[in-house]
Amino acid sequence: MAKYNLKINGKIRKVDIDPSTPMLWVLRDHLDMPGTKYGCGMAQCGACTVHLDGTAVRSCSLPVSAIGKGAITTIEGLSENGTHPVQKAWIEHDVAQCGYCQSGQIMSAVALLKENPKPTDADIDNAMSGNICRCGTYLRIKEAIKTASKN
Amino acid sequence: MENKNTQSRRSFLKSSALTGGGLMLSFTWLSSFKSADKMATLNLPEQWAELNGYIKITPDNVIKIVCPNPEFGQNVMTSLPMIVAEELDADWKNVVVEMGVHDNVKLGPQFTGGSNSVKMYWKPLRNAGASARQMLIEAAAQTWGVPATEITTKGGVLSHSSGKTAKYGEMASKAATITVPKDVKLKAVKDFSIVSKSQKNSEGLKVVTGKPLFGMDYRVEGMLIAMIQHPPAFGMKLKSFDASQALKMPGIKDIHSFKLYDDDYAQAGFDTRTFNEMIAIVGNSTWEVMNARKKLKVQWEAAGDVKETVNGRGGKKEITVPARLETTSKQLELMEEYAKKPAQQLRKDGDPEAAFKNAATIIERTYNAPFLAHNCMEPMNFFAHVQADKALVAGPVQAPGWIEPTLMKVLNLPADKIEIQMTRMGGGFGRRAYGQFAYEAARISQKMKAPIKLIYTREDDMTYGIYRPMYTATYRAALDVNKNLIGFHIKGGGIPENPVHANRFPAGAVDNYLAEGWEIPSNVTIGAFRAPRSNFNAAAEQSFLDEVAEAMGKDPIKLRLDLLKRAKENPVGKNNEYDAARYVGVLELLKEKSGWGKPENAGKKRGVAAYFCHNSYAGHVVDLVMRDGQPYVESVTSAIDCGVVVNPDAAINMVQGAVVDGIGNSFYGALTHKDGVAEQNNFHNYRMIRHNEAPKKIDVHFVQNEIDPTGLGEPPFPPVFGAVANALFKATGKRFYNQPFKMETEKKV
Ligand code: FES
Ligand code: FES
Repeated sequence: MAKYNLKINGKIRKVDIDPSTPMLWVLRDHLDMPGTKYGCGMAQCGACTVHLDGTAVRSCSLPVSAIGKGAITTIEGLSENGTHPVQKAWIEHDVAQCGYCQSGQIMSAVALLKENPKPTDADIDNAMSGNICRCGTYLRIKEAIKTASKN
Repeated sequence: MENKNTQSRRSFLKSSALTGGGLMLSFTWLSSFKSADKMATLNLPEQWAELNGYIKITPDNVIKIVCPNPEFGQNVMTSLPMIVAEELDADWKNVVVEMGVHDNVKLGPQFTGGSNSVKMYWKPLRNAGASARQMLIEAAAQTWGVPATEITTKGGVLSHSSGKTAKYGEMASKAATITVPKDVKLKAVKDFSIVSKSQKNSEGLKVVTGKPLFGMDYRVEGMLIAMIQHPPAFGMKLKSFDASQALKMPGIKDIHSFKLYDDDYAQAGFDTRTFNEMIAIVGNSTWEVMNARKKLKVQWEAAGDVKETVNGRGGKKEITVPARLETTSKQLELMEEYAKKPAQQLRKDGDPEAAFKNAATIIERTYNAPFLAHNCMEPMNFFAHVQADKALVAGPVQAPGWIEPTLMKVLNLPADKIEIQMTRMGGGFGRRAYGQFAYEAARISQKMKAPIKLIYTREDDMTYGIYRPMYTATYRAALDVNKNLIGFHIKGGGIPENPVHANRFPAGAVDNYLAEGWEIPSNVTIGAFRAPRSNFNAAAEQSFLDEVAEAMGKDPIKLRLDLLKRAKENPVGKNNEYDAARYVGVLELLKEKSGWGKPENAGKKRGVAAYFCHNSYAGHVVDLVMRDGQPYVESVTSAIDCGVVVNPDAAINMVQGAVVDGIGNSFYGALTHKDGVAEQNNFHNYRMIRHNEAPKKIDVHFVQNEIDPTGLGEPPFPPVFGAVANALFKATGKRFYNQPFKMETEKKV
C-alpha cells in the first residue's frame, strides 16, 4: 500500500492503495467516479480513456504509481452539465446508442481537438481507432467531432 | 445508482398493482426517486398524481412517464415514452422519463429482445396515454361544469370554448380519482405531433456527462466485489482447488466454489448452463480480486457426458451434453459429415426431387459461419443483496421476468420477496436475455450474507459461451433449359442448432421447394444473437440468390422482384411468413435511392441484399472499394419497412449501427476453439470493427406507411452480410462462402 495525492479534475484526491492499481479502478472503486468505463483492461478498447496532462491515456493500463504530479481529467471533469463543446456536439448528433463506450470516445475526441482543432477524416480515424463502439455509432462520432471542431 | 429507498418504492408499486390493471387512482407521495437531469431544471415537487402505471403528473405540470422495458441502446427510454406522450397530448418538453422496476403486473412483459419493444407496447402505451388524457378531460369537465366533449387538449393544456384553460398539472389530482375509461379513441397517424418526429435520447445528457447508469456502475454502501473462475474449456469441470495463497492476498474476504443450479434443477428456456460449478473470489475491490484470482490453484477435469433436464418451450426433456472437447477444424469436418446424412424435412412444396432430376442446370453452394461472441461493450455483471427473507438484484438484463422464476428457485424465495431493478445495459444483442450472471451473483451474495457486485472481466465474458451458433447450409437451385428457376433446396445445420427458416422467401415463390435441417449437440453454449438464425440465413441465401441471378442472366434485384411477384399473385404452399408486397416495397425503394442500374453507378463494386425478419423488411446496397489492397465498404444505402417509425433520427442511428455491426461481423467476427478452449479472449485477438473501417456514409430510408410498428433492432443486421459478400464478388471476382470474409480475403485475394 502507498499513499498518493492525485490531482483529478482540478481537485486533490487522497488514496492509500496498492501502487500497481490501474487508475481505472482507483477512479471507479476508490473515488466513486464511475464515468470512466471498463471494457477490456488491456488498452484495446478505449472505454477507460482519461487525460493525463491533456493527453488521452487508457486508464486500465496506467498504474496509480505512474501518475506522479500529473493532472488527470475524467469525463466528470469536462463539465458538470454537459456544456463542453464536445459533449454538446454529442447531444446535437444524438450519438449514443447503449452509451457505454461514449465517455471514452468523448475523452479521445477532446484530446484530439486540443492537439488538432481542425482534424480531417483521416486524422479522426487515426485518433479514434483505439476506441471501439460495439453499437456502431462511428459515423455520428465523426460528425460530432466535426461539429465540435467548428466551436 | 445507489438507491437507499428501494423498499419504499417497491411497496408503493405493489400496492398500486393491487388495484388491478395497474391503475392507482389516488395521490401518491414519492420521496425516494432520484432526480433526472431534466427534473432538476423543472423545479421538482414531491407530489405526483398517478393516472396509470406509466404516467404521473405533478401539480407543477411535470409529466413523468415510466419506461417499462430495459434499455440496451435501442433507445426505448425515448421511443416508448414518446408513444405515451403522443396520446396524452403532453408537451414533450415537460416530460421526464424514468426506468420502471420489474413489475409485470403493472408494466407488462418488460422484455427487450426480438425487436419487440415498440411492437408489443404500441397499443398498450397508446391506450395508457389516451385514457389518462380522457381522465384529465373528465376532471376539467367536472371542475368547470361543462360537457367533456367540449374540451380539447394540446401540449398539456386543457381548453374549453368558453376560454377556460388549465394545465394538466392543475387537473391531475382530480383526474386520478376518475374511473378509468374503457374505450378510448386513438389518434390518426397523420395527427401525430411527437411520434414520427425526431426526439433526442432522454438519457443523452447523462451518457455524455458520465453519470452512473450501467450495471457496472451500481454501488451500495458495504458492497463487495466478486468474480468467478469458470473452467478454462467447454467440457471441463472443477475437480479441486487450493485457495490458500489467494486468500492471503490483500482485501480478499472469501473464496468458495458454488453450483449455479441444484443438481435436480430443470432449466427453463433461458437458463443456459455453461458451467455448473465455479469458484467465487470475493473481496473489497476489483483490482484486489483480480490479483487474488491469479493465485488460485485449480485442478480441472473432463466433465464427460452430462445429463441435464431442460424444461423449455417444448416441454420437459432429458438431454445429454456431449463430452467432446471442441476444436474448430474438427467441428467443420463434423458439419461436413452431418450435411451428407439424411436430415429432418422442414417444408416441402411440389416435387423438388423431380425438379432437380429434370434440371438443365443445378447450382449448389455451401456456406459456413463461425460462433460469434456478443462482446457487449459492458461485460456481464450483476448486483445482488440476498438476505434471509428477501433479495434485491439489480443490473443489466433484457428480460427481468424470465430471471425471476429461476431466482425464486435458486434462492428459495417467493416472487414478492425478490426485487429486480433494471439498469441501463452497455449493449445486449441477445446475450443479456440469459440471466445466469444474476443467479451467480445471487448465489454469491447469499453465501457472503452481504451485498456483492459480480463482475466478469472481458476474458470471462468472451470465454463463457452463449455464442451465436456455428452454422452451415447448402443451397441448391434447379434451372430449366430456359433458365427458369424450377426448384430450390436448402439443407442447413449447425452446432448445436439448425439455422433454417423454412417458411421464408424464396419459399412461396418456387413451385418445387425443399427445406431440411440437422443439428449437432455440443457443450459450447449458444444464445440469441442479434436476429438469431436470420443473421446467417440472410448471408447464405442472399449470396446464393446473387449467383442464381448471374446464372439466369438476370439483374439480382429483378430476380427477387420476379420471385416476389409470383409469391404475391400466386403463392406456393402455406405458412409463408412474409408479406411479398412489403418486401417489394423495400426493394423498389432501395433501387430508387441507391440509383441501382443507373449509368453513373456502373463502375461501382456494388452488392445488394434484402431480408425479412422480426416482422420487418430491410435491404442494403453496399459500395465496396479496394483500399491498400483490402476491401473496404465505403458507403451503404439502406431501405427499411418497419411500419410507423416512432423516432426517426434514433431509428436511423440504429440502422447505421446494424450496418456497421454487420460489416464488422462479416469481415472479422469469429470465435474459434482448440480442445474446448475459446481461442479468442479479448479485443487483441477478437477483431472488432473500428472507426477507420466504418463506412463514410450510410443513407437510411424508410418506407412511409401507417402500419403499426414492427421491429427495427434486428432486421437491418442480417442482410448486411449478404450485401457485403455480393459486393466482394464484384470487387475481387471471387465468391465468398465462409465467414469471416476478412480471413478469406487475406487467403485468396
Ligand atoms: S478498458 Fe482500457 S482500453 Fe479497454
Ligand atoms: S454506444 Fe454502445 S458501445 Fe458505443
